[in-house]
Amino acid sequence: MSTQETTGQTQSLTLVQAVRDGLYTEMSADEDVIVMGEDVGKNGGVFRATEGLWEQFGDDRVIDTPLAESGIVGTAVGMAAYGLKPVPEIQFSGFMYPAFDQIVSHVARLRNRSRGRFTCPMVIRAPYGGGIRAPEHHSESKEAFYAHEAGLKVVMPSTPYDTKGLLISAIRDPDPVIFLEPKLIYRAFRGDVPEDEYTVPIGEATTRREGSDVSVFTYGAMTRPTMEAVEELAEEGIDAEMIDLRTVSPLDREAIVESFKKTGRAVVVNEAPKTGSLAGEITAIIQEEALLYQEAPVNRVSGFDVPYPLYALEDYYLPNAARITKAITETVEF
Amino acid sequence: MSVLERDPGDLVQVLDEDGAVVGELPDIGDETIVQMYRDMVLARHFDKRAVSLQRQGRMGTYPPLSGQEAAQIGSAHALGDDDWLFPSYREHGASFVRGIPLDQTLLYWMGHEAGNKVPDDVNVFPVAVPIATQTLHATGAAWAASLKGDTDTAMLCYFGDGATSEGDFHEALNFAGVFDTPSVFFCNNNQWAISVPREHQTASETIAQKATAYGFEGVQVDGMDPLAVYKVTREALEKATAAAPPDSGRRPTLIEAVQYRFGAHTTADDPSVYRDAEEVERWQAKDPIPRLESFCRDRGLLDDESIEAIDTDVTDRVAEAIESAESVARPLPEALFESVYETMPDRHHDQLAEIEALRAEHGDEVFFE
Ligand SMILES: Cc1ncc(C[n+]2csc(CCOP(=O)(O)OP(=O)(O)O)c2C)c(N)n1
Ligand SMILES: [Mg+2]
Repeated sequence: MSTQETTGQTQSLTLVQAVRDGLYTEMSADEDVIVMGEDVGKNGGVFRATEGLWEQFGDDRVIDTPLAESGIVGTAVGMAAYGLKPVPEIQFSGFMYPAFDQIVSHVARLRNRSRGRFTCPMVIRAPYGGGIRAPEHHSESKEAFYAHEAGLKVVMPSTPYDTKGLLISAIRDPDPVIFLEPKLIYRAFRGDVPEDEYTVPIGEATTRREGSDVSVFTYGAMTRPTMEAVEELAEEGIDAEMIDLRTVSPLDREAIVESFKKTGRAVVVNEAPKTGSLAGEITAIIQEEALLYQEAPVNRVSGFDVPYPLYALEDYYLPNAARITKAITETVEF
Repeated sequence: MSVLERDPGDLVQVLDEDGAVVGELPDIGDETIVQMYRDMVLARHFDKRAVSLQRQGRMGTYPPLSGQEAAQIGSAHALGDDDWLFPSYREHGASFVRGIPLDQTLLYWMGHEAGNKVPDDVNVFPVAVPIATQTLHATGAAWAASLKGDTDTAMLCYFGDGATSEGDFHEALNFAGVFDTPSVFFCNNNQWAISVPREHQTASETIAQKATAYGFEGVQVDGMDPLAVYKVTREALEKATAAAPPDSGRRPTLIEAVQYRFGAHTTADDPSVYRDAEEVERWQAKDPIPRLESFCRDRGLLDDESIEAIDTDVTDRVAEAIESAESVARPLPEALFESVYETMPDRHHDQLAEIEALRAEHGDEVFFE
């Protein structure tokens, strides 16, 4: 499929550069792939995730749209049905809602409603999450809305390598994917990313640290404070296993259950408001499939059940290493 | 004849770029004109200081208003006591005129929930960041005023050129037209929606003409001419209230105030990526502040001395507001749970206790390191 030459080289990229590289790679390989959204063209996206793509691929493939999310996603439905592979960007996940009707009523269901006659292979990208002192409505983590909707897949990467590989998988996926990017760590660190195309499969978790005392499940930007907590606890003799889910719909049930059967204890860390979040779903999977292995209640470290606060309060809102450490310790000592 | 009865492309102007009178003056006292000048200078100075606070790390992302003072101050001064204002996020000047203290606006952009609390006696809705959403609220409030027979009340709603692409904008105008709501939709067309130029936002020749499709008047005004802005806004508000001639009835209006944002979209934006310095210079020639200044000097309303006094006063007031905002302590965790519901539910008490336990154990530092 790819027309690109393989180089076998790797580059050291930030997560947001890996987004750009993934888009570039797929746009080079497949001329049906187009990028559309607010300020994605000449401006290269407000986070520079599409930087240089407009110069490279032109107005017809990197499209600055009018300011209308329902317009962006709704037209992308028609484009996808006609044979393009649109990759709409929503500037912040907090601004997905004008498009919510299109996403829920059509993106998620076009295949089902037309009994397979029409499909919606598109990737809706949006930066999500808190911690950057952003204005109101710029920091939410509402992946549960989309995970709740059958017909959608929801991907939330946490490393540059996974970001490129998962984005390529998402673009090639025959079904629509909501691709939520942890903007807190867009530029927090670099990682080796192959220049060539490669994929990371959607729906597969990965183990970031093996351990035997407790399983800690997390994803996206929360992998950072979670790893900090887990490493700190390792020094104190608590051997935690840390699983980065990478995809929150479909969840990797096998990986969750397998790890839990080994440890019998679980902590789930996410920054979404606790009630109705994916943490509850992960807990239910454990109950359904590994009840007899359970030695402690599943502990959820989540955002609180409040509207995401203005930034003076966000450090109280977001799970941090101290909160995660405390939860892990309680779970192990239960 | 009303200034609103014209072709939507026929720009209303009272002052030319040099401040010379080229149109009919609005019915407005000298004192108000000087007050408008003072408020514009204050808005400009506030803006400059706010941008520098952000640069120094003393404030978060901030959306500057420089260049847009006439549209804000001119229209806000046209409001009557019973009228309400529905801002988006850039109208710090207009909000100030309507009674939102400067330190309150600073607090909001400094990330304090307290900055979002509108004083009890002020009829200004909270800042609306999700584009165009407030247009529907304004229509609804106007509709309610009309249903309740409050004939002196009209609603002024601000939004940008980009906002006219959102569905909400069209629904708001459509409802307003169908239900004859006392609404004034005020589009701050500053030529850009972040990096997207006005021409790319809509193929309509003007934004004002969109009103025609909804069955009411649309008018284009020079948004960098405070007197022209005052005049069209006043007439639109009169048309929306009982002050209108009895035969015309209460009707909505769309005002397109043609203007320019001199600075960045927000402090997180770099406009040099998408627009030329020349374009900025062209618009700087229309700067509303020197325009009104020269009008006032010509009429003997201002001289060097009074201008200096205004400058000093404005500088002091902004400095005081900054000091006041910065003296507000970091909010406590309970503020997270305040005002979510009328009564705090049990799970909020539990969650607050979780934070307090952690603070008791480790101190506040674990949250802010
Ligand atoms: C629903 C929604 N989509 C996107 C954004 C991000 N955003 C903030 S301001 C802006 C441009 C707004 O342009 P315009 O309406 O012309 O107002 P201006 O900022 O120029 O005053 C965008 C896209 C948002 N705040 N809300
Ligand atoms: Mg604009």
